[in-house]
Amino acid sequence: MTEDDLDRNRRHFLTVATVATGAIGAGFVAVPFLSSLKPSARAQALGAPVEVPLGSLKPGEMIRVLWRGRLVFVLRRTEDMLARLTGHDGDLRDPESKVVEQQPDYAANQTRSVKPEYLVVEGSCTHLGCAPLEDFEVRPAEGWAGGFFCPCHGSKFDLAGRVFKGVPAPSNLRVPPYRFVRDDLIMIGQDTGAA
Amino acid sequence: MAKIESEAGKSGGSLINWIDERFPLTKTMEHHVTKYYASKNFNWWYVFGVLAFVVLAIQLLTGIFLTMNYKPAAASAFASVEYIMRDVEWGWLIRYMHSTGASFFFVVVYLHMFRAMLYGSYKKPRELIWIIGMLIFLVLMAEAFAGYLLPWGQMSYWGAQVIISLFGAIPVVGDALVEIIRGDYSISDITLNRFFALHVIVLPLILIALVFVHIVALHEVGSNNPDGIEIKKNKDASGKPIDGVAFHPYHTSKDMIAIVVFLMIFSAVVFFAPEMGGMFLEHANFEPANMTATPEHIAPVWYFTPYYAILRAVPDKLLGFILFVIAVLLPVFLPWLDRCRVKSIRYRGWMYKTALTIFVITFLALLWLGLQPAEGLYVLLARIFSLLYFMFFLLMPWYTAKDKTKPVPDRVVYHG
Repeated sequence: MTEDDLDRNRRHFLTVATVATGAIGAGFVAVPFLSSLKPSARAQALGAPVEVPLGSLKPGEMIRVLWRGRLVFVLRRTEDMLARLTGHDGDLRDPESKVVEQQPDYAANQTRSVKPEYLVVEGSCTHLGCAPLEDFEVRPAEGWAGGFFCPCHGSKFDLAGRVFKGVPAPSNLRVPPYRFVRDDLIMIGQDTGAA
Repeated sequence: MAKIESEAGKSGGSLINWIDERFPLTKTMEHHVTKYYASKNFNWWYVFGVLAFVVLAIQLLTGIFLTMNYKPAAASAFASVEYIMRDVEWGWLIRYMHSTGASFFFVVVYLHMFRAMLYGSYKKPRELIWIIGMLIFLVLMAEAFAGYLLPWGQMSYWGAQVIISLFGAIPVVGDALVEIIRGDYSISDITLNRFFALHVIVLPLILIALVFVHIVALHEVGSNNPDGIEIKKNKDASGKPIDGVAFHPYHTSKDMIAIVVFLMIFSAVVFFAPEMGGMFLEHANFEPANMTATPEHIAPVWYFTPYYAILRAVPDKLLGFILFVIAVLLPVFLPWLDRCRVKSIRYRGWMYKTALTIFVITFLALLWLGLQPAEGLYVLLARIFSLLYFMFFLLMPWYTAKDKTKPVPDRVVYHG
């Protein structure tokens, strides 16, 4: 066979078909490898809900718990702290919790909680994931009514975990799904869809 | 007839001949070493490529020995590093060589890159060498980042938390991507395990392959020189560049001196200041990772801080991430941003000289600012220097084209 006898169209078709078939095969083989990078069954099981008893938590106190390896703050707010949640809406980026990913529906309210008294938020700054520090002291001179302060890049949040304007964090602290099992016991990581 | 004679000559020869008939040993040696001609007027800026190779060898050797005692699991990683430091014979030396080597790798690579900016080594026909070099730099950053998680100290954990969270800034796919990187809902044992795999297998393999390609590309077009002259344009009767001398033994003997000086400085740091006052090994990393408390002051290791300072200077998460990525990638485009007719700074005008000086000050200032807390005056300075960083690259097509140049000589010269 000489060069002239070549059916170039046929050869081109066969080349493309072979490459395409190979690519599809490689695509299928890639699935198990890529899937193996996702959280494993054990990681998912360890991400099970955690129970947090609230009995010993005094008003104004906060505890830190781990859920799915993530830090969660549980703060029992005093009447005074709750009163300090109002009056600074203009300084907040999202005062009415309109960004839906940041909390379940039942926490998209003024106090960002199921019961106003208890604040449950992830202790992970929405900027780059550092753990914010609690700073509940009121300092009128600085215009600070208490809240959370991230030591890494200076983001500030109020006592409902709502982010202030002019800081690097783009959104409010995330509220994890949770529900009250009893008045003095919450389950973090599980809810009934509504409070 | 001549062919038969040469065949006959070979068959009677030595082991080398036997090999050469089956593998291009002599040919390869000549092409890359004994008959690779590089300019005779190389100055000390030209030792950093070889030094980078030396550091790579140190990191591979010490790294292999560290893996023999290190345990990539959250429960035992921190303790296994302490075990290497205290109980393994000479373990402390091997570990300090590896940790110091990481910082020296960046010192040497930054100087190597600066050399290219001094003498226009990225310009035509060496664009591809430069791009491959930038890929090496990116892989090196990933390699250093993955390695920093392994001791599982406070800074390992929270540094990784911050950097991995960066990818969460990408719209739509960000959160899913972060979950794939971590393999968990937070940085955990699983994350540590896969970072170990990346650090000891995936990235070193890519790194070695890229270094190989970098050198193959370099030896194809030939090395640049402080005059930015193509020495291949001026050859003698035998086809050897008149201004070139063989890499071995001429350049290698000069490089040996550089290697000895380098090893003296390297040893001094390993033995007397392996932590470098918290610059090479951060103090917070001597505490095991604690998921419930971020260290008071968190900063990456010094070689990432110029880019980190740019990231922090922007008060918006997504924009900060975008500028961070652009800052790292901008040098890739240098071959096309630089529109000057001459390569070497020796024959460029005041504009490029001024710009490059400002750039060096800017880079060092950002490096320092990235180590400081993000407050008050530091933030303002970081913003000013970030702007200067971008200006250097973005205004380059203008000032390099406008700059007055001096005539370039035909032959290389010695400037003492």
